[in-house]
Amino acid sequence: MPKNKATYHLKIPSQTDNLEVIREFISNLARKAGFQNDDVDKIELAVDEACSNVIKHAYKKTDKKPIIISVEIEKNKFTVSVTDHGKGFDINKIKTPDMKEYLAQMRVGGLGIYLIKSLMDEVDFTIEPGVKNQVKLVKYV
Amino acid sequence: MALFEVNRKEDSEIAVLNIKGYLDAHTAPKLEEEIQSLMNEQKYKIVVNFSELTYISSAGLGVFMGFIEPIRENAGDIKLTNMTPKIFRVFDLLGFPSLYDILDLEEDAIAKFK
Repeated sequence: MPKNKATYHLKIPSQTDNLEVIREFISNLARKAGFQNDDVDKIELAVDEACSNVIKHAYKKTDKKPIIISVEIEKNKFTVSVTDHGKGFDINKIKTPDMKEYLAQMRVGGLGIYLIKSLMDEVDFTIEPGVKNQVKLVKYV
Repeated sequence: MALFEVNRKEDSEIAVLNIKGYLDAHTAPKLEEEIQSLMNEQKYKIVVNFSELTYISSAGLGVFMGFIEPIRENAGDIKLTNMTPKIFRVFDLLGFPSLYDILDLEEDAIAKFK
């Protein structure tokens, strides 16, 4: 594990076939930061969900616009920022679903944000539509 | 190497789908197509064997949510089997075990349909 802070970046076109590359990038760094397999899996899934949301919603599936992923590894803290410049959303309008009710209605999609919040220790959204949207995901080692 | 594969085998009226690799937002449409074609053939008793699936995201879970209702309306079901602990954890996190029939083995699911 790095002694101080180390930062890594990945800038990648927003296409679903890049999700595998993103997961590989994240899981390698999570292992490097000292996480065990269970936590590596959680971080990998949370970042996949954040990037899938960008591809599907922010850019409306328009290819080739970039997703910028930054990872900061500190002594006990692993921070992933996922940034896009697409259409944002009002996080206050997105309620964390009551999963029982949600599943009973058999609603398709929309599970990503619930998963992200369940998998990570801290989740913070900064939304400036068309300018910069960012979700910051934190997991403590 | 294919990222995701779905192989279908049939035992009389029961269709078994073996899924392999990564099931994410990129590959979910492939599984969706396969289940849709089973529905078109009016095959509503479906077993999905997860033994070779190494990864799933909510896009993959969404496929099952999209089909379960029409399939149950036709006296069928989608039974899910042979999940590794990693895959089961994702289903569990979203509360799926209370709504989907998740079984240890493919044979258990086939026996329940018979």
